[in-house]
Amino acid sequence: MTQNPSALDPKKSFQGLILTLQTFWARQGAVVLQPYDMEVGAGTFHPATTLRSLGKKPWKAAYVQPSRRPKDGRYGENPNRLQHYYQFQVILKPSPDNLQDLYLQSLAAIGVDSALHDIRFVEDDWESPTLGAWGLGWECWCDGMEVSQFTYFQQVAGVECSPVSGELTYGLERLAMYVQGVENVYDLNFNGLEGDARISYGDVFLQAEQEYSRHNFEAADVKKLFGDFDRAEAECKALLAFGERGDEKHLMVLPAYDQCVKASHAFNLLDARGVISVTERQSYILRVRELAKACGAAWMKTDGAGLNG
Amino acid sequence: MSDLLLELFSEEIPARMQAQAAADLKKLVTDALVERGLLYEAATSFATPRRLTLHIVGLPPSQPDQREEKKGPRVGAPEAAVAGFLKSAGFSSLDEARIDTDKKGGQFYVAVIEKKGAPTLDVLAEILPAVVKNFPWPKSMRWGAASAEVNPLRWVRPLHAIVATFGPETEEPDIVPFEVGGIKAGNVTYGHRFMAPAAIQVRRFDDYVSKLYDAKVVLDPARRRDIILHDCKDLAFAQGLELVEDEGLLHEVAGLVEWPVVLMGEFDAGFLDIPGEVIRATIRANQKCFVLRDPATGGLANKFLLVSNVLATDGGKAIAAGNGRVVRARLSDALYFWQTDQGPLPDFSASGKPPLDQRLEKLRALNIVFHAKLGTQGERIDRIIALARELAPKVGADPDKAARAAELAKADLVTEVVGEFPETQGLMGRRYAELQGEDAEVAAAIEEHYKPQGPTDRIPNAPVSVAVALADKLDTLVGFWAIDEKPTGSKDPFALRRAALGVIRLILENRLRFALRGTILATHHLVENQFAELNTQREEAGQRVESFVSPVRIADDLLSFFADRLKIDLRDRGARHDLLDAVFALGEDDLVLIVRRIEALDAFLKTEDGTSLLAGYKRAANILKAEEKKDGAGAFEAAPSADLLAEAEEKALFVAMETATAEADAALKAENFEAAMQALSKLRAPVDAFFDKVTVNAENPELRRNRLSLLAHLRRAIHLVADFSKIGG
Repeated sequence: MTQNPSALDPKKSFQGLILTLQTFWARQGAVVLQPYDMEVGAGTFHPATTLRSLGKKPWKAAYVQPSRRPKDGRYGENPNRLQHYYQFQVILKPSPDNLQDLYLQSLAAIGVDSALHDIRFVEDDWESPTLGAWGLGWECWCDGMEVSQFTYFQQVAGVECSPVSGELTYGLERLAMYVQGVENVYDLNFNGLEGDARISYGDVFLQAEQEYSRHNFEAADVKKLFGDFDRAEAECKALLAFGERGDEKHLMVLPAYDQCVKASHAFNLLDARGVISVTERQSYILRVRELAKACGAAWMKTDGAGLNG
Repeated sequence: MSDLLLELFSEEIPARMQAQAAADLKKLVTDALVERGLLYEAATSFATPRRLTLHIVGLPPSQPDQREEKKGPRVGAPEAAVAGFLKSAGFSSLDEARIDTDKKGGQFYVAVIEKKGAPTLDVLAEILPAVVKNFPWPKSMRWGAASAEVNPLRWVRPLHAIVATFGPETEEPDIVPFEVGGIKAGNVTYGHRFMAPAAIQVRRFDDYVSKLYDAKVVLDPARRRDIILHDCKDLAFAQGLELVEDEGLLHEVAGLVEWPVVLMGEFDAGFLDIPGEVIRATIRANQKCFVLRDPATGGLANKFLLVSNVLATDGGKAIAAGNGRVVRARLSDALYFWQTDQGPLPDFSASGKPPLDQRLEKLRALNIVFHAKLGTQGERIDRIIALARELAPKVGADPDKAARAAELAKADLVTEVVGEFPETQGLMGRRYAELQGEDAEVAAAIEEHYKPQGPTDRIPNAPVSVAVALADKLDTLVGFWAIDEKPTGSKDPFALRRAALGVIRLILENRLRFALRGTILATHHLVENQFAELNTQREEAGQRVESFVSPVRIADDLLSFFADRLKIDLRDRGARHDLLDAVFALGEDDLVLIVRRIEALDAFLKTEDGTSLLAGYKRAANILKAEEKKDGAGAFEAAPSADLLAEAEEKALFVAMETATAEADAALKAENFEAAMQALSKLRAPVDAFFDKVTVNAENPELRRNRLSLLAHLRRAIHLVADFSKIGG
C-alpha cells in the first residue's frame, strides 16, 4: 500500500485534523487520552476534566470526546446540526499564562492562518447547571464562526478550583468544515483520500444520525428512561456511601461518577422527548447537580486530587 | 505639572463591560487623588478589547504640605493629661510644644504638627495597586498558579501587563513603582494581537496613542465607532443600499475590535422569504453583523456588513466568505424554524386545529408557571380572554375578536423562532396568525398587545389591540396586587410600573372613558374566581392559591399607584406638580377627565380671572383656617343664612355664588371644565368687593359665624373644580 500524505493533512482529512491537534498538545506535555466510554453531552463530562480539575495536583490532558445532544438531532437533514459529534478537549491545570497563544498556535498547526482570517475572543461565560460548574472565558470565532470554547474554570462540581484550570474545547466538525471549505458536514472528507478510496463523514455517520434522531424523538422508551434516571441516581449514592471512609479518604469516586453521568444522559433523552415540564426540568437538573457535587466532594478526599502529595 | 499614563493590559474584556470599566477606572483613581489633596486639570479614560487606559493631566509633583495645630492641656495640668497630649501629638517631651496664652491669661500647650506633602509618584504607587485589587468588575476571575494562593488578584480576564508612567511633559517620565498580582508596572505595552504583537516602549500619553495606532490599535472607542459607522455607510452607498443603523450593535462591535475593518458579505436571496425582523435578529444576535435595506424594495437586501479585527492579506475575501457561510447556516436554521412553526406540531396535531392553536395547546399542556402564586400561563390566558371580552365594548371592539386575539396572544411563546429570538415575540404571533387566515384586527392585536413597552413606544389604537393590551396589563397588575407583590423602591422585577404606565397611556391617547375602579374590581373578580376554581382542583395537593388582600384595598391601592404613575408621566410632559395634586385630591378615577381638568385648570390660572380668584380663595381659606382653629374644624360648614346677611357686598356675593355654583355644577355634569371655571370666575368681582368692604370677624358672633359660613361655602364651590389649597401662589 502506498502512503498518502493527504490522509494525515489537517486541511484534507477529518482524521488528520484530530491527529494534528493530538500531536500539537502532546508536544505541549499533555497526556493524550482516549474518549470516556460513557454517553456524555460534552467533553467536559470526562472525569479527566471534571474530577481532575479539582484539587491542587497539576494536570495536562487532551482527548477527543464523542458528544451526544439528543435534542440537536435533525434526521441527517441539517448541514450543521448533529446529535452526535466530536469535541477535542484540552485541560491544563494550572492555566498557563500563555494559554491564548498556545491556542492560536494550535489553530495555526491545523492550517488557520491568522493573517488571512479574523480570529476573535467573544465573551461567553460558561456554566453547567448539571455539573455545578462555572467559568469565565470566550467563544473563539474564526471569520464569525464559533470554532472553540475557551474557559477558565472557577468552580466544578460545587468545589472552588484551586488552582484554576484552563479548558479548550474545539468543535471538530465545524473546524474541519472550515479548513476543508465544505458547506455540509456530511461532505467532510474523513480519510483524506479521493475517488473510490474516499470516505466522507456522511459515509460514517449519516445513517447513525437518521436512526438516532428517530430514536431520540420518537422511540426512546420514556418509562425506561425515567427508571434509568432513578436507578442511576440511587446507584451513584450507594457507591459513594460504599466508598466513604470518613473525612480523610474515599475509595469509590469514579464508579459513582459514571452513574452521575448516566443519570445526566437519561435526563437529556427525556428532555429531547419533551416529557419534562419546565418546573420538573429544574428539579432534575438539581438532582444531577447533587450527584456531581457529592462526587466532587468525594474526589477531594483521594490521591487524584493531590491529597497525599 | 505632571501627567499620568496608566494602562492595564489583559486578555479580551467583554465588550459590554468596557465603557463602565473605563469610567470606573477614572473615578476610582481621581477620587483617591483628590482625597489625598491632589487636584488635577483633566482626566480621560479609554477601553479596547484588551486594555483599559487612563490619562490624567496636570497633577502637581507632590501633595501640599499640611500644618495642624492641636490645643493641649493648660500649663501645670495633671501628668496623665500631659502624657495623653504628648502621645497624640507624637512628641517625646513638652519642649516640642508651644505655649499660648488665652484671653483670661491662662497658659496652655499647643502642638504644631507639620506634615510634608508626599511626592505624587509615591501617592500613585500607593493608590494604583489598591484600585487594581478592588476593581468593581461585574464578574471577575482567578487564573494561573496564583489562583491557588490566598486572596489572589482577580480581574475580568487574566491581566498581563501594566504601564504606569508619571512626569512633566518636558522630562523623561518616571515609572510609578508598584507591583500587583506579580505584575510590575513598567513602560511596555503590546500592539494588535495579530498585526503588530511586538512589545512597545512608551513614555507618555501622546507617544503611547500614536505608537499604538502604528501598531494597529485605535485606542478611543468613540473613534472606532466613527470609523465603523462611516465605513458601513460608504460600503452600503456604493452598492445602492442603506445601512439599518443599530446603536447597540455599533457599541458592541466597537468593543470587539482594536482595528476595525468593515467588509461586506452576502447570502442567498431566497432567505429573504424569512421575515426581515427574524433575519435581522439572526444576523445581529449570532454574527454581530449589520443588515442593509434595499431602497428599491423597502425590504432587506441579501447583503450584510461585518466588522473584522484584521486587515487580511487577501483584502478580506476569505473573512467575508467565511462570515457569509456562517450567516447562511444561521439563516437555514431560521428558515427551518420559520417553516416548522407553520406546520403541525407532533403530539398536538390530532385536533386538526390551525398551527398557532396547536402551539397554544402545547403552551397549556406544558403547564408553564407564570408565577407560583398566580398559576400557569394557560390560566392567565383564560383570564385575559375573559377580561378582553369584558373590556371590548368599552373600547369599541368586537368582543369575539378581542377574545380570539387574547387566546392566541401568547401562543407564539412556544414557537421555534421566538424560542430562539425572544425579542420577536408578538410579531411572530401576528405573522403566523395572518398565515392561518385570522382576522386582520386579531392578528394585529397579537403583536400590539405587548405595547407600549416603554415611554416612547407607539400606542396601539385599533380597538381589538387596545382591549387585549389593557386586559394583559390589568391582569398582571391586579394579580400581583392580589398576592401583595408590589414594586418597592428600585425593585420592580415584574415591570409593574411599566404595565401601569402602559394602561395610562392606552387610556389617555385613545380617550377611553371608564371608571378605573370598576375595571380593577372586575379584573379582581376574574382572578379571584379562578383562584377558587383552581383551589377546588388543587385542594388535595395542598397548593392553594388565594388573594391575600381585600378587593377594596387592592382597588384603592392600585388606583393610587396609577395616580402616582400618571403624575410622573404628566410632570415629565411639563404639567405643574401642584395642579396635579389639586385635581387628584378630588378622588376621580376617570383618567381622561383628570387630564382634561388639569388642562382646563392650567389654562384658567393663566388668565387674570383665574389668578385673582385664586387670590380670593387663598384669602378666604386662610381666614377660615385661622378661625377654625378657634371654633374647631368644620365649625362653619353649615349653609350661610340669607337672613343674616347685612352688608350689600355680602348679599351680592351670596347671590353670585348661588348662580355660579348652579352654573358650575351643570357645566361639570356636562364635563365642560372650561365652562365650570368660567362660571366660578364670575365670583372674582364679588369676592374682591366682599373683602374690601366687609369685616369678616364682626363683633356680633352671629354675623361672624354667618360670614365665615359664606366663605366656607365659597371654598366648597371652588373645590368642585379642584382643590385650590394644593395650588401654589
